[in-house]
Amino acid sequence: MSMIRKVLEPIGDLWSLVVGLRITGRNFTRPQVTVHYPREQVPTDLTDSYRGPIALVPHPRDATKSKCTACMICVGACPSQCITVVKAPAPVITPEQEKTFQEAEARGEEVERPVAPREPVIWINDFSLCSLCGMCVEACPPRCLTFSHELNAVGTSRDAFLHNLLIPYPGSLKPTPEQVQKLQER
Amino acid sequence: MTFLAAIPSELIHIVIGMVAIMAFVGIHVLVLVYAERKGAGHIQRRPGPFEVGPHGILQPLADAGKLIGKQLFTPTNADPILFWMAPVLAVFPVLLLFVPMPFGPVVTVQEVNLGLLLILAFAGIGVLSTMLAGWASNNKFGLLGAARTVSQSVAYEIPLLLAVLCIAFQKGSLNLSTIVEGQGSWPWQWNIVTQPLAFLIFLVCAFAETNRAPFDLPEAESELTAGFHTEYSGMGFGMFFMAEYANMVVVSGVCTALFLGGWKGPGIDGVWWFMIKVYALLALFIWVRWTYPRVRFDQLLNINWKWLIPLATLNLLGTVFLMKVF
Repeated sequence: MSMIRKVLEPIGDLWSLVVGLRITGRNFTRPQVTVHYPREQVPTDLTDSYRGPIALVPHPRDATKSKCTACMICVGACPSQCITVVKAPAPVITPEQEKTFQEAEARGEEVERPVAPREPVIWINDFSLCSLCGMCVEACPPRCLTFSHELNAVGTSRDAFLHNLLIPYPGSLKPTPEQVQKLQER
Repeated sequence: MTFLAAIPSELIHIVIGMVAIMAFVGIHVLVLVYAERKGAGHIQRRPGPFEVGPHGILQPLADAGKLIGKQLFTPTNADPILFWMAPVLAVFPVLLLFVPMPFGPVVTVQEVNLGLLLILAFAGIGVLSTMLAGWASNNKFGLLGAARTVSQSVAYEIPLLLAVLCIAFQKGSLNLSTIVEGQGSWPWQWNIVTQPLAFLIFLVCAFAETNRAPFDLPEAESELTAGFHTEYSGMGFGMFFMAEYANMVVVSGVCTALFLGGWKGPGIDGVWWFMIKVYALLALFIWVRWTYPRVRFDQLLNINWKWLIPLATLNLLGTVFLMKVF
């Protein structure tokens, strides 16, 4: 019996060859999945799940500003140290203002001293160092960092990869020339 | 003009035939390279070559230009004579194999009484060229490829010959044109009906003899980089490439003549039927290459020694017996 089975088994196995040919033949007739890149773009339903360079989320009430509070947790979380955030400075209080505040306090009134606005003036991601690990996105307490769906992160120089994440937010504070210079010195 | 008249007309006939064969082979190599890459692409659901010319149709020409333009290297300590003889030996005998090929009722370069024998004999030089290439390149991968070629080709030539012999016995001829004429126009009058097993054996051996996947062990890129042609650059490699595709055409042509009725077919007999069948077989070759994984070397030899040779022998004995009885 086993002898007969030994002879018949390979004949049955030959059928698997036909099955294989059928599978490749079916795929041959199916439409292609290749996107001819420069002439075509990947459909957006596919890029929705793509995790490109990080981006800031707009503020829910003011879309011209980012949601970022400049808490610096992302800067600490980034293992590649590619994030540079400069917090907006506290407003300078003139001696006259200080005087009025002190007088008001002496009267027992509650004084609201101007505090530093909780937003960044500079937000730069050095994409040439970024490994897209997502530590910053996970660490961000107000969930104001996300991955963008940008497919074409290309540039012709190193500086082109210093992504300024505040560019889409015209309402955000502009850095003073001194701040920019300090950043460049570093 | 008297000088021209002194040339025997048969010589002129053969020279014209050889030139036509070279053109035929050249065109078919280009077409097959394109077809192979397109076939591979579509089976894997990508477009294949697409950028050079409309739908990449000029890609084989661009590749040929690139191969011709490349520098030819001879490795250190390689045998230069043998090393450069191998690609030449790979291509030129293949051209000779087209001589007795019955393309049509009158379209044959030279009808040879022992046409089948001529093809089988000169096909052996291809094995020699592969072996020389691997041996002369002074490279371990080349040497391993050469060793594989020899054991594979020697082994698979036996069932191939036995399968071919069945037809030769049945038709009582080794002349391919006579064998074709012995078959009818309708598919059920072809030799494949009376000799299905021989056809299958011939087909499997054809894959092995042309070093095509799944039997492309002499150039198995996963373990031998490129096998026997590892050290060849430019047109040295290009010649092997050409020889492989030309061999495919030869094998398909022989298979068509032996088993599929050659230039005979429903309706009007002619060259077109031969070419249609050859193209169908070539398509099968390409289809199979992109379907099956490469077999292991012991599996390769097991298929041959444990299955094909016993089956081919039994088939031949059966044919001989039946021929004697009826």
